[in-house]
Amino acid sequence: MQTKIDELLHTPLIVINLGLRKFAESLEEQEIEVVQVDWVPPAGGDKDMLDLLDQLL
Amino acid sequence: MTSGFVIRKNQYYDSIFLMGISKRISDVPGVQQNAVLMGSETNKGLLSSIGIQDAQIDAAQPNDLIVAVIADTPEIVSEVVGKLDEYLLGGVQVATTSNPHSLGEGLAQKPNANLAVISIPGEYAAREAHKALEAGLNVFLFSDNVSIEDELSLKQFAAEKKLLVMGPDCGTSLIGGVGIGFANVVRKGSIGAIGAAGTGLQEFTSQVHNAGLGISHAIGTGGHDLSNQIGGLTIFSALDALEADPQTKVITVISKPPGAKTLARLIERFKTCAKPEIGCFLGVRAEIKDTDTFQRASTIDEAVRLAAKIIGGETASNETAFTPAELELISQEKAAWGSEQKYLRGLFAGGTFCYQSQQIFRDAGIVIHSNAPLESKYKLADSHRSLEHAVVDMGADEYTVGKPHPMIDGTQRKQRIMAESHDPQTAILLLDFILGYNASMDPVGELLDAIIEAKKIAQKHSGYLSVVASICGTDGDPQDLNLQSRMLQEAGVIVFHSNARAAIFCGELLKGY
Repeated sequence: MQTKIDELLHTPLIVINLGLRKFAESLEEQEIEVVQVDWVPPAGGDKDMLDLLDQLL
Repeated sequence: MTSGFVIRKNQYYDSIFLMGISKRISDVPGVQQNAVLMGSETNKGLLSSIGIQDAQIDAAQPNDLIVAVIADTPEIVSEVVGKLDEYLLGGVQVATTSNPHSLGEGLAQKPNANLAVISIPGEYAAREAHKALEAGLNVFLFSDNVSIEDELSLKQFAAEKKLLVMGPDCGTSLIGGVGIGFANVVRKGSIGAIGAAGTGLQEFTSQVHNAGLGISHAIGTGGHDLSNQIGGLTIFSALDALEADPQTKVITVISKPPGAKTLARLIERFKTCAKPEIGCFLGVRAEIKDTDTFQRASTIDEAVRLAAKIIGGETASNETAFTPAELELISQEKAAWGSEQKYLRGLFAGGTFCYQSQQIFRDAGIVIHSNAPLESKYKLADSHRSLEHAVVDMGADEYTVGKPHPMIDGTQRKQRIMAESHDPQTAILLLDFILGYNASMDPVGELLDAIIEAKKIAQKHSGYLSVVASICGTDGDPQDLNLQSRMLQEAGVIVFHSNARAAIFCGELLKGY
């Protein structure tokens, strides 16, 4: 049975890049479809709040 | 000396961008030290360690930008703080409203995505990686400072979902010829690779390319994957995938020493693998017997040679032999040393190169000290001060917390080259240069002045400094491999396209010392 890992190796990469923009740019240079996520710490980076949000969502 | 700081609420930038701003501020005359970072707890601790403390800083949040400056006069501090917007704009990273700000928003734009590349601060990385796996994405996790417990939990979850987690702390992968993270431009081919050693995988894939051959896939696992705690969860998934991949004809595994139990399981797994395997386990002294399908390589170069042979390609037949011209060069270099000169100092950007070099020196009977030693008894008491023969991994935490990695910026290596050149006992400087996507666009240029100056200083001491370098890269890399190589040679540096060859050459130079 083909897994998602096998698919990763055999189909064109489509990437969601969270963080360093340079990584997205180097993938674009290689003609890869990339969405750059300008990630910011959710809930202002408050870990307790993050845990609470995770439980609620 | 005086200091000052400014806090910008809710202005978030990535770490490489901030390091670029920090570098520009450090170039301002009169600035002694500066920090440009987000207000996470770790970063606030860093500020405190350089004497920047204030209630406003304590109250800053991880979304808040903090810029702190220590300078000769209050005017310089005011000037830098006043020009902050200029620096931020000059850094080009303008916040856009069109880009998504969360994984979920990103997925809404590309619902057919198959890989999440994550390089956010380690304290948040596991949470986002877990979300990506839940959404059915494979993960390339560049972030470090992810706990071993989080790594295990992520990898167990990925195994359940039949997904791949490359990392945490994964610097490089090549999937179907596409370089992710720090990767070289390498042709496609039939040699598969799995690496728990980032620059080791770059060296392997570059050398395969330089031998005229190609890579099917090179899968990074992160440095902890082969530990007994993680048990090689990623490596076993990668092995299954490469075994099933019709493009891959041979599988090479490159790592620093694995946990003994994990290594034993890996060797057992090799016995049932339908394809030939090569194992390069740097630093492992225990004997691992070859089988009908498995061969052990002691260096990355040997791994390339063995893999090439399996698919019918050719490389140099012997990694340890010297040409007559090289032997002549060795005697010329040694003859020029002054009477006090006797020690080697290796300053590495690539952790695997520091490691492989130590293995080569150990095998040559040379005692070598390091901040990342093969054996703890040879650990440098102070990473910033060499002792006798010493090699330093300048990508280690003590050099990179809050500062750019030497693969991106040569400032710290430059300073260390100068420090080593003032030691009259330094005879050889051993360096590495790493090309490829996301690395410095001119790694040689960044260090060249320091190398030339270091050679002049040795001459002033009536001596001669041998400088030996390896370049990890290919003719397809954005930096221009030939130009980088030529710049070194014109400065009198002996250049190899292999770290192992450079280290073996240095070992020969040190014979009798």
